[in-house]
Amino acid sequence: MHREEFEQIVQAERDKHRAYEHHINVCTALGCVAYGSEKVVDALEAEVKERGLEHKCKITGVGCLGLCGNGPIMKTEPDNQFYQSVKPSDSADIIDHLGKEPVKRIHLPQNSPFFIGQQRVVLSNAGKIDPEEIESALAFGAYRALFQAATEMTPTEVLREVTASGLRGRGGAGYPTGLKWSTVAKMDDTIKYIVCNGDEGDPGAFMDRSIMESDPHRILEGMAIAAYAVGATEGYIYVRAEYGLGIQRLKKAIRQAEKMGFLGNNIFDSPFSFNVQLRLGAGAFVCGEETALIASIEGQRGNPRPRPPYPAMSGLWGHSTLINNVETFANIAPIILNGSEWFAGIGTKKSAGTKVFALSGKVNRVGLIEVPMGITLRQIIEGIGGGIPDGRAFKAVQTGGPSGGCIPQEHLDTPVDYESLRELGSIMGSGGMVIMDDTSSMVSVARYFMEFCMDESCGKCIPCRVGTAQMHELLTRFVDKEATEADLELLEELCDMVSQTSLCGLGQSAPNPVMSTLRYFRDEYLQCIAPAQEPA
Amino acid sequence: MMPVKTFKIDGQDVSGREDETILEIARENDIFLPTLCNIAGLKPVGACRLCMVEVAGSNKLLPACATRVQEGMEVTTNSERLQKYRRMILEMLFVEGNHICSVCVANGHCELQWLAEKLGVDHTRLNYMFPAKEVDVSHYRYAIDHNRCILCTRCVRVCAEIEGAHTWDVSGRGIEAKVVTDLNTPWALSETCTECGKCVQVCPTGALFKKSRAVGEMVKDGQFLPYLKTMREVDNA
Amino acid sequence: MPDKVKVATVWLDGCSGCHMSFLDIDHVLLDIADKIDLVYSPLVDNKDFPDMVDLTLVEGGVSSVDDRAKIIKIRKHTKLLLALGDCAITGNVPAMRNRYPVAAVEERAYIENADVNQRPPSLVVPKLLPKIQPVHTVVPVDIYLPGCPPPGPVIRDALVALLNGQMPDVSPRFG
Repeated sequence: MHREEFEQIVQAERDKHRAYEHHINVCTALGCVAYGSEKVVDALEAEVKERGLEHKCKITGVGCLGLCGNGPIMKTEPDNQFYQSVKPSDSADIIDHLGKEPVKRIHLPQNSPFFIGQQRVVLSNAGKIDPEEIESALAFGAYRALFQAATEMTPTEVLREVTASGLRGRGGAGYPTGLKWSTVAKMDDTIKYIVCNGDEGDPGAFMDRSIMESDPHRILEGMAIAAYAVGATEGYIYVRAEYGLGIQRLKKAIRQAEKMGFLGNNIFDSPFSFNVQLRLGAGAFVCGEETALIASIEGQRGNPRPRPPYPAMSGLWGHSTLINNVETFANIAPIILNGSEWFAGIGTKKSAGTKVFALSGKVNRVGLIEVPMGITLRQIIEGIGGGIPDGRAFKAVQTGGPSGGCIPQEHLDTPVDYESLRELGSIMGSGGMVIMDDTSSMVSVARYFMEFCMDESCGKCIPCRVGTAQMHELLTRFVDKEATEADLELLEELCDMVSQTSLCGLGQSAPNPVMSTLRYFRDEYLQCIAPAQEPA
Repeated sequence: MMPVKTFKIDGQDVSGREDETILEIARENDIFLPTLCNIAGLKPVGACRLCMVEVAGSNKLLPACATRVQEGMEVTTNSERLQKYRRMILEMLFVEGNHICSVCVANGHCELQWLAEKLGVDHTRLNYMFPAKEVDVSHYRYAIDHNRCILCTRCVRVCAEIEGAHTWDVSGRGIEAKVVTDLNTPWALSETCTECGKCVQVCPTGALFKKSRAVGEMVKDGQFLPYLKTMREVDNA
Repeated sequence: MPDKVKVATVWLDGCSGCHMSFLDIDHVLLDIADKIDLVYSPLVDNKDFPDMVDLTLVEGGVSSVDDRAKIIKIRKHTKLLLALGDCAITGNVPAMRNRYPVAAVEERAYIENADVNQRPPSLVVPKLLPKIQPVHTVVPVDIYLPGCPPPGPVIRDALVALLNGQMPDVSPRFG
C-alpha cells in the first residue's frame, strides 16, 4: 500500500463519516452493555428508520465514554452533547433534540466536573469509533502512525521518539519503555517477539478491558510499531478469558487489519512483516507477571521464574521478547504522530503523559478516566469523582490493587506520579483506584487483598505460598478482634520477610496493602487486639 | 573459551566460569548455603528461597542457585537478616504440612529435618495449619505422602529432565498446590511412569518413599544425578 | 550450701517417652539429685503444684481444657518453662487428630474401636480442645528441646547448663 492508496482509503472513510448530519454514539463497552445500551442502540435505530433519517443520522455503538456508573452513556455529534442513564424510551426525545437544546432530564453537561482535568490520549478514539469496524477507526487516524513509522522512519528513529517521550510502563512498575525497547532492539537474536499483556487482574481495575473494547486497533498499531522498532515479526496478545467482549473485538480487529494489510507480510509494501495472535489466560492473576505470562503462552503452567534473565534477553521460547502492557502500547501511536516533545509536555517531568484510571468504590462518579500525570488525588476524587456519596467522609484511596496500598486523607494533595505514590507506600499500578469512606475497616481491606494474593499465589516459592496464608490467618484474627500483640509483631515480620524473599512481584508486593494500612491506620489494628484475659 | 570471573564470597576471593552460579562456586569453596529445591544435575528453579544471598550494590536478595557469577561482585551468604529469613522459610515448611518426624520413613535422613537442626529451628512461631493431605499408596513399589511434600519439584524435574517421562507435575495453586502423577491419576494408573524411582531418590523428605520401609529406613541417594546428566551430554555430543 | 533448685515436670498430651528419656540420663540423675528438688512430677506423689518453682519441664501438647488450665497455672508458678520434646513443641503424633473434628475422634476412639462400654466419656475425662496446640501457643516458653524423645544426653546437657546458671546450647532435632 502506497501513501496515495492509504490516504485515499482514509479520505473515503472520512467522507463517509461526514456525509451524516448527525452522529449518535452509544457506548457499547461492557459497563454500558450491562445497563442495556444495546437496547438503546436498537431503539434509536428503529426511531431513525421510522422517520426515514437513515442517511442523515448515524447510530454507532462505540467504546467507553467514561462515566460508567451512570450508563448507558451516549454522545451526539456534532452537537457534542452527552447523555447519561439513557433508556430506549428516550430515543424519540433524543432525535427530536438533535441540533437543538439537549434533552434536560438525561443531559450530562459538558462542563460537568467529571470532564474537567481529563485529557484523552490513550482513549482519544474511544467513544468516537466503532471498535468493530476498521473503516471507522481509519477515519479517526488509526494506522497512520504505523504508516509513518514503517515507511518514513528508521527503527532507530522510532526508538528515539519513544525514548524521548519519557513513556513508562503502564502495567504498574513504570520501567522506561524506550529503554526496554532499545534493549530488545540491541539483542542479537534472529527471532524476536512482541507480547502485549492484557491479563488485567487487579480488583476494581478495568482500564485495559476498556481500551480493548473501545479501540482495539490502537493496541495492534502500537504493537506493530514496536515490532518494527525492535525487529520482531511475531506478536502475541495475552488476554484473560473473562474479557469476552474485548477478545471478540480484538479478534475482529486483527482480522480486519490483516485484510487491510496493516498486519501480515510486507506491511505497506515494505520488507517489514508482523503477525499477531491472541492467547487467552485461564484465570490466574499471576499470569500478569511477565515470566509467568510467557510460560503460559508457551503452553506451560503459568509459573514465574527468577529474573535475570529478563524477557528482553530470553523470553518466549528462549528468544528476545518485548513485553508491554495494553495501555503502554496504546500510547505509542499518538507519540509517533504528535512527536515525543508533545508527549513529554504532558504530565510531569519524570512521569510523562496521561494515565487511565478506573475510578470505583465510594465515590459519586464511578467510571473510566484519563488524566495527565501530576494531577492530585484530591482533584481526581473530589473533582472528577465528585466526592463521597451519602454525606460520608473520605477515608482512603487504594491504588495499585493487591500490590498497592491505601492512601489516607492527609496525602490527598499528592500528585499522581510513579515516585510520589511509591513514597506513600503504594504504587501507580495498572490504574485501579478504589475510594473508601469512613465505614470501611482498613483491617478488613488488608485482609481482603491478602485473601486475593493467597488465592492467586502460584505456590512455587515458599514465602508467597505459605506467607500469604499465614498473614491471612493473622489478619483474620484482627478482623475477629482476637489478635494479640505477638500477632501484630509476627504480622510485621512476615510482611518484611515475604516482600524481601518472594520470587516474583506477586509475593514481593503482597504485603503492601498490610504495610500501608499499618502505616496510616495502625490504630485500627491496635483496636483489634483483644484485652489479655484470664482463661477460665 | 568460557570467560572466568573473579569475585568475593564472604570476603573470600573466588573464581567461576561465567555460566556458573554463585551456589556452585560457594559449594566448590566449601561455603555453606542451605538449599532444598536445588540439586546438582537438575535445572535450578529458585523456588525454596533458602540460598538467597546479599550482593553489594543491590538492594534485592538473589537466589544463589539461579544467579550467574559476575566480575567483582561481593556476595554475603550469612548475614543476620538472611539467617532470620531462612529460619522463617523452614518454619513455613513445617507449618504448611504435617511433618511428624518421629513416625517418618525418612527420619534421620531428611534434608528438611537436617536443615532445621543446622539453622537452629527448634520451634516455630507460625501457626500450624494442620492441612488434610492425601497419601497415594496405589503404586506397588512406591508411595507419596503429601503431608511431607515441600513442593521442591525435584521429582518433577528429574522425571522430565533426566528420565524424560514427565510423569510428575504440579497441580493447583498457592497453598493448595501439590505434585501429581499424569493428570492427577493415582500413581499406579500412570501410563507414563517408568518406575525408575529417580523421583524417590531425589526427594529431600519422606514424601516419596519405597514401600516396606519403616520409620527412619528410607535413605535417599541423589548423588547419581550429575553422572546421568554428564552421560546424557556425552550421548548427545 | 545454697538452696536446692526446685524442678517440676508435667505430662500433657504425650506418650511419657520424654519422661522416660529424662530417666535415661542415668547416673547424672544421681549427680544432680543433691542439687535439685523434684517438687512436682508424674514421678512423685505431690498432687499440688507448688507456689513457685525454678524450672518446669513440660512434655506433650495442649489437648484438653484440663491441659490448658494446668499449663496456664504452671506458667504462673514457674520461673523457666522448658518445652520437652516434639509433642510440646509441635503437637507431633497426637496432632494427627487435628484434621478431624473432635466428635469424629471420639467416635473412633470410644465407639468404633471399643469392645465394651461403647460411649463417649462424659465425666472424668477432660473435654478435648478442637485442636491440640503446641505449648508455646498457649503460654510463653523459655527453652525448647525438640526430639521424639529428646535423647537422654541432650536433656542431661541442658539440665547441667541450667543448673550452672547458663542457657543450654544444645541443637537437637525434631524426630
